[in-house]
Amino acid sequence: MSRPTGILAFGAYIPQRRLQRSAVYAANAWFAPNLKGQSKGERAIACWDEDTVTMAVEASRDCLTGLDRSAIAGISLASTTLPYADRLNSGLVKEALCLETNITANDQTGSLRAGTSALIQALNGTAAQLVVGADLRKARPASEGELVQGDAAAAILVGQAGQGLGEVAATFLGSHSVTIDFVDHFRSTSAEFDYGWESRWIRDEGHTKILGGALKEALTKLGVTGADIDHAIIPVAVRGVPESLAKSCGIKPEAVRDSLSAVVGDSGAAHPLLMLAAALEVAKPGAKILLAGFGQGADVLLFQATAAVGRPPEQLGVAGHLARARQDTNYTRFLFHRGLLDLEKGMRAEMDEKQPGTSLYRNRKAVMGLVGGRCTKTGTVQFPKTEIGVNANDRSQGTQEDYPLADKIAKIVTYTADSLSFSPDPPVYYGAIDFEGGGRLVAEFADCSAEDVEVGRQMRMVFRIKAVDHARDFTKYFWKAVPVQKGDA
Amino acid sequence: MAKGIRDKVAILGMGCAKFGERWDMDADQLMVEAFNEAVGDAGIDVSQLDAAWLAVAFDAVNIGPSGIPLSMALRLPNIGVTKVENYCASGTEAFRGAVYAVASGACDIALALGAEKLKDTGYGGLPVRSRGTTFDMIGVTGSAPGNFAQLAAAYRAKHGVSKDELKQAMAHISVKSHANGSRNPKAHLQKAVDMETVLNAPMIAEPLGLFDCCGVSDGAACAIVTTPEIARSLGKRDLVTIKALQISASNGWELQQAGGWDGSYFHTTRVAAAKAYQEAGITNPREQISLMEVHDCFSITELVTMEDLFISKEGQGYKDVLDGFFDADGGLPCQIDGGLKCFGHPIGASGLRMIYENYLQLLGRAGARQRSTPPTMALSHNLGGSPIQNVSAVAIVGLADA
Repeated sequence: MSRPTGILAFGAYIPQRRLQRSAVYAANAWFAPNLKGQSKGERAIACWDEDTVTMAVEASRDCLTGLDRSAIAGISLASTTLPYADRLNSGLVKEALCLETNITANDQTGSLRAGTSALIQALNGTAAQLVVGADLRKARPASEGELVQGDAAAAILVGQAGQGLGEVAATFLGSHSVTIDFVDHFRSTSAEFDYGWESRWIRDEGHTKILGGALKEALTKLGVTGADIDHAIIPVAVRGVPESLAKSCGIKPEAVRDSLSAVVGDSGAAHPLLMLAAALEVAKPGAKILLAGFGQGADVLLFQATAAVGRPPEQLGVAGHLARARQDTNYTRFLFHRGLLDLEKGMRAEMDEKQPGTSLYRNRKAVMGLVGGRCTKTGTVQFPKTEIGVNANDRSQGTQEDYPLADKIAKIVTYTADSLSFSPDPPVYYGAIDFEGGGRLVAEFADCSAEDVEVGRQMRMVFRIKAVDHARDFTKYFWKAVPVQKGDA
Repeated sequence: MAKGIRDKVAILGMGCAKFGERWDMDADQLMVEAFNEAVGDAGIDVSQLDAAWLAVAFDAVNIGPSGIPLSMALRLPNIGVTKVENYCASGTEAFRGAVYAVASGACDIALALGAEKLKDTGYGGLPVRSRGTTFDMIGVTGSAPGNFAQLAAAYRAKHGVSKDELKQAMAHISVKSHANGSRNPKAHLQKAVDMETVLNAPMIAEPLGLFDCCGVSDGAACAIVTTPEIARSLGKRDLVTIKALQISASNGWELQQAGGWDGSYFHTTRVAAAKAYQEAGITNPREQISLMEVHDCFSITELVTMEDLFISKEGQGYKDVLDGFFDADGGLPCQIDGGLKCFGHPIGASGLRMIYENYLQLLGRAGARQRSTPPTMALSHNLGGSPIQNVSAVAIVGLADA
C-alpha cells in the first residue's frame, strides 16, 4: 500500500497591528450607525509594506522552520488579492523562500474558496507541495467588510513521510466539493471593492443550503458522522452560522473552532488554512478535523491527526502571532495604508522608483532571497556578493559561494528614526546590522517603535515591500529587520 | 612614499558668492559672482587661465552635465574644463584637480570653482535621488540627517555617553556656529541662537533636531592657483601655500564587513588626516593647526570629526566641545565663519568655501570674525556621502614660510 498523503507542517502569519473596531465605528457612526453590531473586537491589519506575497512568504517561513526547503516540489498560492494579474505571484514567494528552481508553481484565485481548493489539489497528489493562502482585502470605509475582514496568511506543507520533510501530522482522509455560481458577492478584475447581496439571502441559500448541504454530503461520502468530528472548521464570519451548520450535521458544539473573528477577522481565501493551522496546533493524535471552504460552492476536507501533530516550539504559528498583537486605534493611518485616504505626501515622495527588469533578474537571489556571499578562502560573509571580496587581507576573486542571510539573527550597530524621509509610516527606522556568523546590512526596520531600538538589540529579517513604482504599477520587494521578540526562533 | 604637495602650489586668489536662498540668481550668475572676486584678488586676466575644474554634486536640479556651464558662464578661452563630482567633497576635489595640474607643471595657472543651485528643488534639504539601480534594490534611501544621526547611537554605545550629555555637546556646536555666522555677511544664516532653542527644536532624525542640521544653500566659491614662483612674479608677497591635500574614499569595508567599523567615527577621515599631517610635516595637530573648517553638515559630524582629525582624544571630543575649545575664542576655533551650519552648504562650493575662509584668516582679511591670534596653518575637512560610505578630503593651507 502506498504511503498516505497528508499535512507535514503548517504555519501562519498575522500582521502585528490590530485595528480596534470601536475606533472605526466611532469615526463612521455619524454615517453608518447600523455598524454598531460589528464594533466589538479587533482585526489584523497589514502595514503599508505588506501584501499577499509578503504575508505568504512569512507564513511559509513559519511553516518551514527547520525543514529542508530543497525537498519541496511545488508551491501554490491562493488569494483573491494577489498583487500581480500577470506575473506569477507564487514565483515571487518561491524566490523569497529560495526554493529550488525545478519546482511547479501556481496561483489559485477567483474565489474565497481558493485556499481549500488549492489544498485539495495538492493533497490529491503525492509530491511535497507548499500550499499558501493569503488575503489582504480592501473594503470601502464605513462598510461591513472593513470591520469583518482581517489580513493574514497561512501555509500548509502537504506531502508524505519519507520525503525528507518529516512525518505526516494529519492524514488526508478525503474531500468533497460542489461548484455553483452563487453570487453572494463579486469583484470584477478591474474593481477595487466587492459588491455584495443581502445577508439574509446569503445565510439561507448560501451558508445553510450550499455549505450545509456539502458538509452533510461530505460526511456521508467519507463514511463518518458528525459526532466523530473533533475539530470543525467552518470559516463563515457570520455570528451563529458555524454553530447552526454544525448542529444540523450532528457535530458537537464544542468541536466548532473559533472563527478568530474577534481577534483577527476574516482573512478570505487564507482563512480556512489559518483556522486549520490553529486547530493543528492543539489537536490531539487521532483527532478528526473537518475543514470547509465556501465560495461559489464549497469544499469539505477531512483529516485525522497523527502522533506528529502539534506546533513545534520554534514556530510562532497562530498562537504565537496572536500573542504579539499590538492594539491600534489609528483609523486614518489604516485608511492611508490602504490607499483610501490621499494624504499630502510632499515632494520627497516623488522619487521615481522605476525598476529595471534586467538588474532585478541578475540580482534576484540577493534582492528576493537575501542571499549574500561567503568567501571559500577566508570565510568572510558579506552582502551582496562582489567580484572581489570585502576582506581587506585577501584579494581573492570569484571565491564567494551563496550564503543565505534571511534566517540569521542580527544585531543593531547603528540606527536612527528619520522624520525627514518620506515614509507611509513615519518616522522610518533604519540602521546598520551585523548578522550572527558574519555579514552586514544597512536595513530598514519594520514593526518597531522607539523603545524597540538600541545598539546591540537583536533583529530578525522579514520580507516586505521596499517601494512601489506608482507610475508603472510595479512593486519592489526587499528584506527589512524587525526586533526579535520573546518566542522568536 | 610620494613627496607630496607641500609648498609646491600657492593660492593666487579666491572668491566666494554670498550663500543663501539666492532666488535672484541662476547658477551661472553665482559662478560669476565668485569668480569676479577671485580674479580681482589674483590680479590676472581670464586669458591667463590654463585649465579649470568645476565641482557640482546634484545634476538634476542644477546646471546639467559637463564642464561647459562653467566655460560658458565665465566665457573661458576654450581651455579644458573638467567637471568633478565626489558627493559633498566635490569642492575639494575640484581644488585638487587645479592644484595637481599646477604641481605637475602642465599648467601655470588653474581655476577651481564649485557651485550649487539647490533652492530650486522646492523643499529644504538635499534632493531625494537614486544611487544607482543595484543600490536602489537593496539599499536604504534615507535622508542625510538620518544617515549621519546614526553616528550618535554608535558613539553613545561605544563611549558610554548619555543621550542628554551628547545632546548638550551637539547643541553647543550649533550655538557656537550660529554665533560665528552672525559675524559673517556672506553667511546664509546670520542669526545667533541659544541652547534652549536648539535643544527644543523639532526632531529631524533622532537625535538630530532642526538646529543640529545645516541647511542647503545656493552659492559658489572658487580658487585660482599657481606656483609660488609665478605668484611672486605677479607681485604677491604674503603667500598662502598648499601644505597637504588628501582624499580618502571608502571601499566598502565599513558597509560590508561585520564586526569591523563600529559606526561611531569616520574611517576615511582618519586615513586622510594621518596622510595630510605627514604631507604637511605636522606632528601635533592640536598645537600646530591654528584654525579648522570641518564638514559640519550635522552637529554630530563635527563632534566625531574632532576625534578623527586627532585633535581630541577618542571618546573625549564632546568634552572639548563643552569646554569651548572649538569656540571662536577657544584654543582651536572650528567654523569661525559659521561653517556649513550657518555659512551654508551649496554642495559643490563647500570645500572651496572652507579654503576661502582659511585663506582670508591666514592673510588677516576676515573682518569682524578675524581670529585674534594670527593663524599660520589652517585645515579644512570636506566630507561626502554618509558615515558608512564616504569620501573624506583634508586640505591644509598655511603661510608660505610656516
